[in-house]
Order: sequence, then structure tokens, then C-alpha cells
Amino acid sequence: MSFPWAKHYEPKQPLMRWLDEKLPMPRLVYNAIGAGYPVPRNLNYFWNFGVLAGAALVIQIVTGVVLAMHYAANAGVAFGSVESIMRDVNAGWFLRYAHANGASMFLAVVYIHIGRGLYYGSYKAPREMVWLLGVVIFLLMMATAFMGYVLPWGQMSFWGAQVITGFFSAIPLVGETIRVWLLGGFAPDNAALNRFFSLHYLLPFVIAGVIILHIWALHIPGSNNPTGVDVKGEQDTVPFHPYYTAKDGVGVGVFFLVFALLIFFSPNLLGHPDNYIEANPLSTPAHIVPEWYFLPFYAILKSFTADFILPAKLWGVVAMFGSILLLFFLPWLDSSPVRSANYRPTYRWFLLVLLIDVLVLGYVGGAEATARNVMIGQIAAAYYFAHFLIILPLVSAAEKPRPLPNSITEAVLAKHGGTSPAQTAMAG
Amino acid sequence: MARLISLVIGAGFVFVLALALFFTAKDAIQNPAPESAEHEFHLHPEDIHLSSAGFFGKFDRQQLQRGFQVYKEVCAACHSLKYVSFRDLEHIGYSEAEVKAIANQWVIEQPTVNPETGEAATRKNLPSDRFPLPFANDIAARAANNNAIPPDLSLMTKARHDGSNYVHALITGYRNQPAELIEKFPGAKTPPGLHYNPYFANLNIAMPPPLTSDGQVTYSDGTKATKDQMARDVAAFLTWTAEPNLEARHAAGFAAVIFLLIFVYLAWGAYQNVWRDIKH
Repeated sequence: MSFPWAKHYEPKQPLMRWLDEKLPMPRLVYNAIGAGYPVPRNLNYFWNFGVLAGAALVIQIVTGVVLAMHYAANAGVAFGSVESIMRDVNAGWFLRYAHANGASMFLAVVYIHIGRGLYYGSYKAPREMVWLLGVVIFLLMMATAFMGYVLPWGQMSFWGAQVITGFFSAIPLVGETIRVWLLGGFAPDNAALNRFFSLHYLLPFVIAGVIILHIWALHIPGSNNPTGVDVKGEQDTVPFHPYYTAKDGVGVGVFFLVFALLIFFSPNLLGHPDNYIEANPLSTPAHIVPEWYFLPFYAILKSFTADFILPAKLWGVVAMFGSILLLFFLPWLDSSPVRSANYRPTYRWFLLVLLIDVLVLGYVGGAEATARNVMIGQIAAAYYFAHFLIILPLVSAAEKPRPLPNSITEAVLAKHGGTSPAQTAMAG
Repeated sequence: MARLISLVIGAGFVFVLALALFFTAKDAIQNPAPESAEHEFHLHPEDIHLSSAGFFGKFDRQQLQRGFQVYKEVCAACHSLKYVSFRDLEHIGYSEAEVKAIANQWVIEQPTVNPETGEAATRKNLPSDRFPLPFANDIAARAANNNAIPPDLSLMTKARHDGSNYVHALITGYRNQPAELIEKFPGAKTPPGLHYNPYFANLNIAMPPPLTSDGQVTYSDGTKATKDQMARDVAAFLTWTAEPNLEARHAAGFAAVIFLLIFVYLAWGAYQNVWRDIKH
């Protein structure tokens, strides 16, 4: 894998040599995240978020497995079993708050990870497969998070499940049949709750599997870097361990610090009060809103209010799924040979607008559906699609990029003052 | 080719959204959204600064006991507390014997079956029991309360925005409907059987004012039982029933944050040390 100057695993201890012959597991780890993986020397803190996402998944699986020991997936007792976890299980409140806020931390970290990929062009050749697998992970995460939110069987759980499964009824002709089949009934009830629990337990392990593929695919070309310039030689890289394990240590610490502040001091900040009311099919909440991480997509759904050939609802559902699925085509929509937006003077401004646009969509998704908010949402949704499907292909063809550094090392030395080919040569 | 398809699809979405925007704007101009009484007269609760609020928040056990007394003498007639057990009261400063006595003397008994005949019966409460439900079922609750079910209070302060302050504001917020409201929205007059309360989402609540006069309960600790004081105390008590582990959570949080600050400091040092010879 990767570069010819990568260090080779040479176990000195007899036990480790024996193990390496029988099952070269330590060799695998050494080459994946040890000294055997050369990484560009100029990565900034945005490159911490992959490791942080992995840490978040581990936290979710560990807390989730223990919670599942105490949780009862039955519509009659689910809400009460969660309350019993909160009150009677040893440290149950900690496990539940860690799991609920852990989902938010996981999604937040992954959004930054995706944003980093967008800005620095990590989706481009030769890393298309890394990006595609990443989008698959993101979709799996969204499904898992949605089903997990249903499990406490509060009002938002129930009505969220009602709304989300209702998307399928927008499919012409067979939609309603599919919805009833997916739910196992005409409305979310015990059958739906049980299958959501089963899948909520299954999907994280599927995610873990796809993450292995994601990392495998990454290790073939190696990591991207803030300049987007390919690695030219040994002087451009450092071994992952100890250099990036040390840097990730700082990131993990800060991640846990934010996480701890959420769990211990404002555990319900990101939740909705209505989910502390037990599910009641006869009482619809005043505003049904999803968790914060779905709000931009929810805003896109709500923005399609006009029938045009297709009914508005179908447009909304198609657009909402489309807004994520279009990410699969990103590597081929962007024809610019330059990866990093640092060297793309026009495109980086559009990316900044996209960031603001997604934040606006998030606001609209959670806000009351007044005419003003709906109109803001429609403009923002239009920019979202225009950005990826119109602006990106056109700008990437027309834009004149700034001159790229000759190598990562040259860029690093330029940052530390002065750059000349001589210095570049010496730095090795 | 791929880019051409992308442009066409992108233009399609933008066109449909532009259409939707046009109709939304047209509709907003032709039929402006009517102003609503809920929008204009709804009030947000003011902060009552409970001792449990904030980073260093701790419960005031004396206040929790007073709040429990208000719950017992005023609220419990209609509102259940079904996720809380009598034994939990030990955490707000009652002794084991006191809890036993409270459970034993509770007016509503626990449903059970007669061990000889198997017929439905009731027995005195034990510390291990949850607080008994005041109504046998939802239909009985509706029948006794003008067709509105009194909600369970165990989680009330977490089940409303700004819950602790909301409970206090709601209980003390009853008043006559303002004349401007009726003038502006003649249709929004509080219907008979409901009560005007600007802190309630739709302004008209089925619950009659629970606290009607100062001194409605007699505190044993000498605190003057004004309406405002009783509302504060019961809000504090319901903050505890909703989040009984708050103090343990804050304590663990401080330990965790201090540990992590030290960890980040050391990790930062290790990072600087490892990278000292590498420009990056």
C-alpha cells in the first residue's frame, strides 16, 4: 500500500514474530494507522474529523449495546423502560444522555468531515471511491439516527416516524402499499417499533464494515492535504504514528470536552421537549420537527409547494433524497484539475455561500412555516441544487486557478517564510 | 454528457422551486396570514432562578420538601406522578420512616387483587410503590375534568420549553382576558369552562387556577406560603422529579471536564514535542 518509502513492519519480539506468521493483525494495524502509513506533513485540524467520527461510532456502539440490555422494544412499555433507564439503572442517565448526544456529536463531526472533503477536493480522482463509500456511510447514519430517535416512543418519535414513512406514500400507485408494508401496519405501532429496533442495532455494524472499506480505499492513493497537490517524495510525508496519532490525541481530547459539556451540563439542549411526552396517536404536536441534523433536508422537502407535472409532495421527496444522492456524482460534476479550493478563487466563494445556504436551510427547517420562512427556504433550496448541478460544473470549467505549489514541502516552507527550489531540496 | 444532464436536472429543480416561490409570494400577497391571538398575546415565562439551574446547580432540599407538600395537597388530586416512587423521596431529605409514613397515609391506595377471592382491591402504599394514579383510566380522568386529561407531572419540566420557569409562570399566570384581545379578536373569547392564561400555548387552559389564595398550604418550616412561593416550590419539586440525578450529573461533569482539560493540555504538549523538528 501507498508509497515505496513506507516503513515496513519488522517485529523484534519472538511472540510478535510468531503472531505475524500466524495472523498478521499487528502488521495490518501498523500499515493502516501506524508508522507504516506515510501521510502528508501539512494536514490541518480538519483532518482530525475522520478519527473523531470513528471514535463517535465506537461510543455509540458501546453505550447502545448496554442500553439495549435495559430497553424494551414494545410500544406499550418502551417509553417507561427509557424512564426506568434514567431513574433506576446504575448510571443509566449517563448512558442514555451519552447515546442521545453521541448521535449529535457523530453527525456534527461527519458534517465537518464532509465539508472538509468538499473544500479540499478530497472527492476527486484518485479518491472517488473513498468519497462514494463516505456517502454510503452518511446515508446509513441517517437511517440509523432516524430509527434510533423513534425508539424512546415519545411524541416526536411517533410523529417523526409517521412523517418520514409518509414519504413513501408519495410514490405513485404503489406508495401507500409500500408504506403499510414498511410499517407493518397503517400507522407506526409495535410492528414498526420492533423492526426499527432490530435495524437500529444492525446498521451500526454495517457502518463499521463500510468504514473499513472507506479506509481501505483511502490507503491506496493515501490522504489528501490542504494544498491538494500530490505527494512527490518522502520529504512530503511523515509516518502516521507518532505524528498524527499525537495530533489526533489533541482533537480527541477537545471532542470529548465538548461532548462532556453537552452530556453533563445541557443534555437536553439538542432534543425536543415533546419527546418527553409519551407517544399519543390521537394528539398531533403543534410543530413536528426532526432532530437538528436533518433540518436542512427537511427544509428542502417543505420548499416544494407547487404541483408541476408531478404533485408537490413527490417533488419534495424526490428533491430531498436527490439532495443527498447528487453527492454520488460530485467527482464527475467537478472537472477542475485543482483539488483544494485554496487555489480556486471563484469556487471558494461559492462554497462559502453553500455553507451559509445550508445553515439557512437548517434554520428554515426548524422554523414555523410562515410565508416568509417558506420563501427563504425556497430560495435557499434553489441555491443548493444550483450550486451542485449548475454552478459547480460551469465554474470548474471556466475558472482560472491560482498557481499551485510544486510540492507539499515547498508550500510548507513558503508558509514559514521564503521559498526556493534550493530550500525545497534541502528540506528532504 | 454527464455535465449536460446535470445542468438539465439542476435547471429543473430550480424552475420548480421558482414556480413554488412565485405561488407562495402570490398567495402571501393575496391572502396575508391572519394575525392570531396566540401569536400576539402569548407570553414567555420569566426566569425564577432555581438553585438547580446553571453549572453549579444543586437542589434546595428544604424547597423540594415544600414543593412536595404543594404537590401532595394541591396537585395530586388530579395529576399523577407515575415515574416516581415513594422511596425516591429519601433523596430530598425525608428519612426512611418518614417515607414509610407518607406512603402509608397517601389518600389514594394502590390497586391490587384480593389474595383470597382474586377480586380487584386496593391496599396501602409501600415505599417501593410508584405514586398511585388519581384516576382509574383516561376516560375517568376526562369525565372528572371537563373532558381534559390532567397530564402526568413526572417529566413536566422537561416536556415543555423552559419547563421549570414555565410551571411557575403557568400556575401564577391566570388572569382576566385583556380587553384589547377581545376587541381585536372577538372570536378568541375564552370559551366557558376554560381559563385564560397567557403562558399556555393556546391561551385557554382547562385546568382551573390551582393556587387561589396565600396560605393555601401551611409550611412547617415557617416559609410564608404566598401563591408565588408555592408556585416556585412546586416548580422546583417537579424539576427534581423530571431530573432526579441532576446533582450526580453536575458532579460527574466537573470531574470529567477537569480530567479532560488536563488530558488536552498533556496531549497538546505531546503533539508539540513529537512535531518539534518538522515544519508543517
